[in-house]
Amino acid sequence: MARLVSALLCGAVFGTGLWLSGMTDTTRVQGWLDVFGDWDPTLAFVMGGAILPMIAAWLVAARRRTALLGTPMPARGETPVDAKLVVGSTLFGAGWALAGLCPGPALASLGYGGTGGVVFLLAMLGGMVAAPAAKARLDRITNAPRT
Amino acid sequence: MEFDIAWLWGLLGGLLIGGAAAGYLLVNGRIMGASGIVGGLVDGSGRDTWAERAAFLAGLVAFPALVAWLAGGAETHLTGNWAVVIAGGLLVGLGTRMANGCTSGHGVCGISRLSLRGIVATVFYILAGGLVMAVARHLLGWV
Repeated sequence: MARLVSALLCGAVFGTGLWLSGMTDTTRVQGWLDVFGDWDPTLAFVMGGAILPMIAAWLVAARRRTALLGTPMPARGETPVDAKLVVGSTLFGAGWALAGLCPGPALASLGYGGTGGVVFLLAMLGGMVAAPAAKARLDRITNAPRT
Repeated sequence: MEFDIAWLWGLLGGLLIGGAAAGYLLVNGRIMGASGIVGGLVDGSGRDTWAERAAFLAGLVAFPALVAWLAGGAETHLTGNWAVVIAGGLLVGLGTRMANGCTSGHGVCGISRLSLRGIVATVFYILAGGLVMAVARHLLGWV
């Protein structure tokens, strides 16, 4: 139960931060990507503000074997930089530019994003359903072991 | 006199985002990645932790809706061009799950622990985003 309450609170604070920072406003996000237009630097402040507490959190995590609720701390992943990471991130960046929403803000803005927000979310979930097949296909092309 | 203090709201909001990520790591022992949390429910890979994921998503959807309503409403200014909205959603969903992370997982949680994958992913999605924005807005006039 404590685990669920904590998850709910983290989601609530995350979403509030996304709203407060302006990251659920697509004009701000697209403004950040629009280096040839009226460039908006806000996203850099959001990223910087978010990374600072996380640096401290990782330093604390490194000294502990488990989190407060007993789960082992997530180990550093052993997956190398691979084609799936590069191709996937490139596709994500393209979609991010087109709509101005990434997964967190798409969820956080659901309550006030109107029909367009719902359509975006459904398309995003559709893309997520298609991802395992796309990953397998890319693995066959690059002959990499499946992860 | 009017200042543009968007950067200050950005910084404060960013601290909340990072605080939430820190809490999810230190209390729940999880990495706070939005695409991973929802994606694990969509493709079944997160079956064992579905309740924790659902609780996180409930807070993520409900609380900003409430706060924005209390603050007098919010706007996403999403384009009304359905083809662009759908193409954007499909690409964001497919790409983040292929790359195993998005702006929160690779960006916030990855860069802060100097993860090479997080840094490479962030470089690629920002470069691709900038390039697509340049073409889609300034050459094609789509967005």
